[in-house]
This record gives sequence, structure tokens and C-alpha cells, in this order.
Amino acid sequence: MSSRSIIPAPLRQQPWHVLLPLAALNTFGSAVLYSAAGGRMWPWAGMHMLHFAVFLALAMAVSRVPRHLFTQAAFPAYAALIVLLVLVEAVGRIGGGSQRWLNLGFMTLQPSETMKPVIVLVLAHFYANLPPAMIRSWRALVPAGLLMGVPAVLVILQPDLGTALAICFGAVAVIFMAGVPIWWFVSGGLAAGIIAPLAYFFALHDYQRKRVTVFMDPESDMLGAGYHITQSKIAIGSGGIFGKGFGNGTQSHLEYLPESHTDFAFATMAEEWGLIGGYFILAVFFLVLFRWGMGVARRAPDRFSQLLAAGMTVTIFFYVAINMMMVMGLAPVVGIPLPFISHGGSSMMTNMLCIGMIMAVERWSKRASTLV
Amino acid sequence: MARRRGKTAKHISQGMLRNSFDRRSVVIGALQGGVGVLLATRLGYLAVAENAHYQMMAESNRVNLSLIPPRRGWILDRQGQPLAANRADFRVDLIPDRLVDADKTLAELGQILGLDAIDIQDIKDQLAQARGFQPVGVAEHLDWEKFAALSVRQPDLPGVVPQRGFSRFYPTGPCVGHLVGYVGAANAKDYEKEHNQLLITPGFKIGKDGLEKQFDADLRGVPGARRAEVTASGKIVRDLETREDIPGKPIELTIHAGLQEYAARRIGVESGAVTVIDCRSGDILAMCSMPSYDPNSFSAGIGRLEWKMLADDDHVPLRNKTLHGLYPPGSTVKPSVALALLEAGLDPHEAVNCSGGLQVGNRVFHCWNHHGHGRVDMFKGIYQSCDVYFYHFAQKIGMERIAAMMRRMGLGQSFDLPLGKQSTGTVPDPAWKQRRYHQDWAIYDTVNATIGQGYVQVNPLQQAVVVSRLASGKALQPRLLRNQHTPPPGDLGIPQEHFDVIRSGMRDVINGPGTGGKARLPFPDILMAGKSGSAQVVGLNYGNGKAGVAWKRRDHGHFICFAPFDNPRFACAVLIEHGGGSPAAIPIARDVMTYLFDQQKAWDMLATMEPGWGGTPQQRMDAKYRTYAAQYGVSAPRVDTSGEPVAQVQSASDAAAATPQPVQSDAAPPAPEPGAEAPAPAPAATPAAPAPAPAAPGNATGGGH
Repeated sequence: MSSRSIIPAPLRQQPWHVLLPLAALNTFGSAVLYSAAGGRMWPWAGMHMLHFAVFLALAMAVSRVPRHLFTQAAFPAYAALIVLLVLVEAVGRIGGGSQRWLNLGFMTLQPSETMKPVIVLVLAHFYANLPPAMIRSWRALVPAGLLMGVPAVLVILQPDLGTALAICFGAVAVIFMAGVPIWWFVSGGLAAGIIAPLAYFFALHDYQRKRVTVFMDPESDMLGAGYHITQSKIAIGSGGIFGKGFGNGTQSHLEYLPESHTDFAFATMAEEWGLIGGYFILAVFFLVLFRWGMGVARRAPDRFSQLLAAGMTVTIFFYVAINMMMVMGLAPVVGIPLPFISHGGSSMMTNMLCIGMIMAVERWSKRASTLV
Repeated sequence: MARRRGKTAKHISQGMLRNSFDRRSVVIGALQGGVGVLLATRLGYLAVAENAHYQMMAESNRVNLSLIPPRRGWILDRQGQPLAANRADFRVDLIPDRLVDADKTLAELGQILGLDAIDIQDIKDQLAQARGFQPVGVAEHLDWEKFAALSVRQPDLPGVVPQRGFSRFYPTGPCVGHLVGYVGAANAKDYEKEHNQLLITPGFKIGKDGLEKQFDADLRGVPGARRAEVTASGKIVRDLETREDIPGKPIELTIHAGLQEYAARRIGVESGAVTVIDCRSGDILAMCSMPSYDPNSFSAGIGRLEWKMLADDDHVPLRNKTLHGLYPPGSTVKPSVALALLEAGLDPHEAVNCSGGLQVGNRVFHCWNHHGHGRVDMFKGIYQSCDVYFYHFAQKIGMERIAAMMRRMGLGQSFDLPLGKQSTGTVPDPAWKQRRYHQDWAIYDTVNATIGQGYVQVNPLQQAVVVSRLASGKALQPRLLRNQHTPPPGDLGIPQEHFDVIRSGMRDVINGPGTGGKARLPFPDILMAGKSGSAQVVGLNYGNGKAGVAWKRRDHGHFICFAPFDNPRFACAVLIEHGGGSPAAIPIARDVMTYLFDQQKAWDMLATMEPGWGGTPQQRMDAKYRTYAAQYGVSAPRVDTSGEPVAQVQSASDAAAATPQPVQSDAAPPAPEPGAEAPAPAPAATPAAPAPAPAAPGNATGGGH
């Protein structure tokens, strides 16, 4: 620990074990986007770095927000987002067409995206304040179900199935870890097993239904929706172990790969960097970030921060899992980008908010242990 | 877990929840780990195990192999002049499967290329019939400005393929239509037969009719190929490598291009066929059937209006009359009948008296010349075409021997020519009639057959073969391919003296007191020999078949001839369908033969006639098309090009020829001929011979010359 004397304390106290892997991931993402743009910084790679810098600052700021502000802000933030979601729906109806954004003049806001960390925050707050004895009663579940259900339904109406699933997944994970009886999940799972086929036939839009059928058999629609999955698999598979080399991806550069800079950025990467690049990204996510996030949650000083950190980790995990399963042909095509690699400000902001809150929890536990 | 704890402890403490969280977060962590392992495994599977497969797929995405249609082999005449050639060309095709908005694309194409409503309608018709990747031609022979303008717009017009290549070109257009045929884009049926990528390559065409179809395999050649790196939208990033095409093999014909064109144009506005054969080798020097379609225009795709124009024409331009038209030959069979008589031992100087008819039992069979020919021997029987002479002696030897001789001379036969099936027609004899109609042969059947009427049906090619055999004395086989090895012509088994008699009679048809004086060549030192024939339209018992009556009822006119008389070199057969008798055919035969000895003289004669007909066949077709365009516009019915329209028309005419003719119950009324008594300068279209009287019931009128 000789470094202690050399490196100044404020610098030393930063959570480098997270910041360094994150920076590496984002730099790699920028490189992929640079290649996807045909060897140019703009419009994607430079913007990606800029997004990272801005939202990293946001995450650092969030990590320093005191715990009581989180708990105080939980319900007001949630309520504000619900209002905004209704507003989006209303503006969309009036404007004659679905939309997911609100133009605030100086920026566009996508409330459904911000709802992903906020649903975790509000549920963590809810369970932290619920008397332990009530955890097995309906009062542990029904309010939580409503908190989750209202935004989920509003987002589905947009219609944005991917984001709605992400909101539900984060929420269910928090409810699960809060300790509600396991048989509720079993019966919930059974109910989902019955509802899913019904929803498929009656609730889903045609384009969503098509995505599911095409996922089951991509070759059935080689020129339509199956084209995305097939081309993505070709990109990944043709990359081999070491890839075709930086800037040499034919699938992305000759435009066979759709959305090569957003949803299918992983395929763009895998074509040029091969299995090695893919395992690097998997390692950073699964061996570093998620282990760190779950570890922070386990070491957290109280119930609120435990649920908060675990919920945030699961939210990022959901992005990563669904995106990568999609590009490898294990999940239907849903528009979910790969955190820190895909181009896009909204998802960068959401993921950095999640990181910021986990860092905040980490700070609280340090302080708690120092106090002890 | 919560449930189990619930059974043991009713009170739940903060600490128990913390334990529960620890356990459940392990479950979540395990889920994450499981997904991580799943993803890592899947990634390894795709990138390592399936690597070769996906590498191949990426490569087939990246590299576009496009075929370069091979240049088609030329079709050459005997002197190396092209009858079908290729010329450099800018063309535009559509690939139906790649079209996004067909109507919009067509509208834009119409604007850029200057297509009119009729063109666009034809393209839409073809689009409706095309499947998938079967290219549909939009325009050929574009000029550079239009081509360049379109190429610039191509990225905005998916499914539009502009390219430079070669297109088929027939220098004399309609004059070679039925002989050479035409080419066209392969249709779905062709592709089913031959699953070849080349067939759906834009700009590639296969032979659809005539020689183009028969020799398609030789003419086709080997396609070139271009490997290029392309984007998903089909834009070429760079060329990787190019392999040149190997042009198809040329075909050399025995045809004389100039003669073919001259003969076709000389037929003028008539419907007819001219065939010229080299008497020494059997080489076919000209073989034309007019009117014809224009193979240049057909090769670019058959439009509604053009199809309607051809289908409406009662001169049946879609039928190759040389091979598929069947006509009663009239008196042109008389030389063959005479040969049969000689073979049966008849002395050519033995004579009968023709008083205008021949009484057999209680019936009278009339000669075409009701005034009678007086004393007629074989020579006079030929040059005056006396029916009574032939009635008299033919009955004595019987139909079998006459029919056998007709067949030996070439009637009823089909020949080894690379032009597909030929309609062979009928040479009737008693056995045939028994087989066909279950009836006995009657005297009037012999009467009909010896003057080339009744059941006798021949095609113009057979007529040309007959006259080439009469001229050469050998069993000449017609041939069309220059390099085809043919054995020397066989022996007909007919003594030279017999031919001398026939030829001398045929010489006098033209140069003596015969029926074909107008056929005399404009060269004092070259004598031509020939035989005229007029034949009543089958099934019509109509007295007067001359030029004055409705076209469909007019007599067919034949003339067969050869020259020079003393050393036969060229044989020619002319048929003019519904020409009003042989006077329509005689001058055409004369001019075609003139061409063989003095081309300039022949062209000069044609130059005085063509302006009166409205120009060359090509000019007349163009003028007619303009009239049709003005009259019908886009209202013509659509053409079904899924089959081969021309082939369909031809097989339909074959089927019609195969249907039994009505059974003959009497002698056919012979058609009049220009008589020897007719003054020589009589206009070609108005025969001077007296018209035969209408057939009285129970009586037959004779005729033909």
C-alpha cells in the first residue's frame, strides 16, 4: 500500500474498480462505432464519448447525493414520470401517431427510459418502509404490483414492448429480493404461462407477433424481419476467433447488418474483433460490473440500499442479456441497445444513472463500516 | 423459503428479511451467471463451430457474381453476309422481385426514357406474367443521353437494371422473319425446363422460332462473369474480377442474302412464298414467306398493338407458308403426271383430241379451255396445260402409279431441314382414300388429282423440290446448312429421254405457244422452262376465282420454273395465295430468276413497283403500326407471352391442316390459266383466259394449266 502516500486522497477514493472497466468498455464501444461509421469519428464515435463523459459526471454526482434525498425523491420522481408518460400518450394521440419522446424545447425526454431506474428506486423505498411482518401479506404485493403495472401498461400503449419488459423485469427482481413468498412467483409464473399465448394472439401488434414467429424460425422470412437475425448471426459467425480485423467487417460496411451502430453494435464488433472481443465485453459485464453490483448490494448497510443496488444491477443485466441474446439469435428482435457499446444518449443516461446509484450505495456502506 | 419460514415462525424480523435477501440475491446472481455462460457458449458456437458456414454466407453476401450474357453466334448467308448479327446496345430491364413500387418506377422510367402509354402498357403486361427474378425488358437501343440519365437515377429506382451489352439485329428485318426466327427473353416455362442462371440474366435471349430456336445451343455461347463487391442495396463497391464471354458459334447457311431480300420484297403486298434451289447441290438459295413479322421488333418483346396488327391480318403473317401452308398445286403437277405416263410406256407423241371435255361413260369432264385444244400430244399437254390429255391417259394407268411418281418427285414428303416439323400435305391414292374416308376411289378422284386439285395438298417447299428434281434429273435433297455434309444426290430411276420430253414441254410453256409467256427472261441467251398452275381454294365450289372476287375466294397461283433450260442451274417455285391464279405468280418468278443473272436489272424493276405498294415490307409495317397506334392506342387485348405466341399460331395452322378435308364428291372445277391464245402483254393481275363455266350438277369442269 505504498501508493497511498503517492496518490492524493480525493483521487484515491474514487471507485476506480468500476470506472476503469467502464471506461474500457466505452472506449471499445467508440472504436466499434468509429468502424461502423466507415472509419469516421462522427456522427457516432465522438458523440458516444461525449455522452459517456457527460453521463459519467452525472453518475458521479448521483453517487454523492445523500441517502435521505433518494428516499424523499422516490415517490415524487415516480409520480412525475407517470404524468409525463400520460402526457406522451396524450400528445401522441393528438398528434396522430405513436411517440415515445417529449420535446421539452432544449432536449427530448423519454420518460419510459428514465422509468427503468425510478421503478427500482420507488419499490426499494416501498419495501424498506414496509413493516417486516407484512411481507407475507397482500399488502406487500398489491401496492408493488400497482406501482409496476401502471407505467408498464402506459409504456406498452406507446407501444414499446422492450421497455415495458425491462421495467417489469427490474420491478419483479426487487419484489423477489424483498422476500415476498416464493409461491406467489410460482403462481405468477404459471399465470404468465397461460396469459402469454393469449397475449400473443390478442394483445400484441402484428409487427410484434411477427418478431416472435420470426424468432422461432428466422429463415422463414429471409428478406423481412428474419433478415436482421440472420445477418447478425452471419456477422458474428463469420468473425471467427480473432475477427476480420478493425475496419474490415463486410457485413456492417456493406450494409447487410441493419442497425449496425445501435441494436446490432455487438454483431458489428464481433465481426471485426471475433470471439476475443466478444469475451472481453462479456467479462466486463458479467465478471466485473454485475459481480460488483451484487456485491455492493450484499454489503449494503440497510434494506433500502440493498434493494436499490441489486435492482439497478438487474436493470443493466436485463439490457445486456436481452440485447446479446437477440443478436445471437436466442431472443426475438426487441429494440434494446447494448449498454456502453451501442450508440444512443437515452440508454447511456439510464445505465449511468443505475451505475451512479450503485456507487452511491457503495459510498453509504463505506461510511457505515467506517462508523462502525 | 418464505413459506417454510412462515410455518416455523410467525414473527418476521428485519434480520430474517436480510437473510432472505442474501439467499435470493444469490439466486439472481446465479441467473446472471447462467445467462453469462449461455451467451459465452452461444458466442463460441457461432464464431468457432459455425464459423466456416457463416464465413461462406458473409462471402456470398459480399460478392455478387453476375453473368455477362454471351454474344450470340451470327447467322450468315453463303457469302458470309449476316442475316442475324449483334450490335452494341444500351438497354434497361426490370427485376420484378426487386421492384418496390412498380407503378411509380414505371412512371419515372417513362419520363426519363420517353415511353408512351402503349409501351408502358406492354411492360405492365409482361410484369404481370413474369415471375420473381425473371427480367422484363423495358427498352433497347437507347441513346447515350437517355442511358446516362437513367444510370444516374438508378440508386433511387430499385429493380431497374440499365446495362450495355449486345442485342440481336436482323439487317433485312421481315425478309428473313420465318427463316431465321427471332429471339426473346426466356419465360417461366423455359426456366422450368432448364434451370440455368443465365436464363434470368437481364439482356440474355434465347431462340424462339426458326433457326434461332433450332440452333439455340450452338448460337448461345458461354457467358462471361463479373465478380463484384456489392452493398445490401445492390450498389457495386468495386469490381473484383471479370471473365470475358465466349461468343456463340456462327451458322453458315446456303441462303443468298440478297436473293432472299429481293424475293421477299418482290412478293409485295401479296401473301405468298418463294423458294429457290440450286439445281446442282440442292442448296436452298432463298426461302421466304411473306408477309412476315419483323424479328427485330419481336426480339425486343411482343407488344399488344403489334400482335393485334399481325393477328388481324388475313394474309397470316405469323404462318411460315413455305413449310406450313398447304395448297392444291393445280397444273404444276402435270410434269410429274407426265413422267408417270412415260414410265408406264406411253409414247409422248401419242395424241388425243381435246374438244373441250372428255366423256367417260355418261359423264363429261371439262378442260379449262372449253373451246378445246384439238390434237394434243404430251408436249402440247404440258405447254397448253390440256386437262383432257391428262384425264384420258391418267385413267389408263391408274392413280397408284401417278401417286408414286408424285411422291418420288417430292410431294407428300418432308425433308431433313433444321426448321422443325413440316406440314407434308397429301398425295392421295385409292388406299389412302379407303383408309381416310372408307370409300372407293372414283374416276373423278383421278381427274381431280391429275390436275392438282381435290385431295392433293402440297407446301411451297415441296414444289421447289419437285422443280429442282425435274431440272436436275436427280433426287436432290434440299439443304440449308453450308457445312452440312450431304451425299451426292441419288438417282430418281427415270431415263434421261423422259426428262427431255418434260423439259421440252416446260420450255415451250414460256418460250413457245404455252401458258407462261410472260415469264420469259429479259436475256435473249438464257431460256427458262416452267409450268404454271392455278388452283381453286379447297372446299369452295365457286366458279370464278379470279381477281375480281373476295380475296379469300380467289384461286391460288403457282409457278415452278428453272433456268437456264439447257444447263439447269436454278429452280424456283412461287406460290401466291389467293392471287387469282398463276398470273400473279409468273412475273414474280421471272423477276426472282432475273435477279440470279443480273441483280441490277432486277432491282431496277422492283424500284418501279415498290413505291406503288407503299415501300419496302419494313416501311409498310411501320406505316401500319402508326395507323394502329392512332386507331387503338392502349385498347388492344393483351398478348399471352407465357408460351411462344408464334409457335402457337404455327401449331394451330398445322392442326387445321391435319383435319380431314371434306370428302370430294365430284371433280373440282378447274381454275383458269393465262392461255396461249391470250395476248402476251396482258396485265399480270387479269388473266386473259376465258373463265370456265360453273360446274353443272353431275358434270365436272376441267381446268388448270
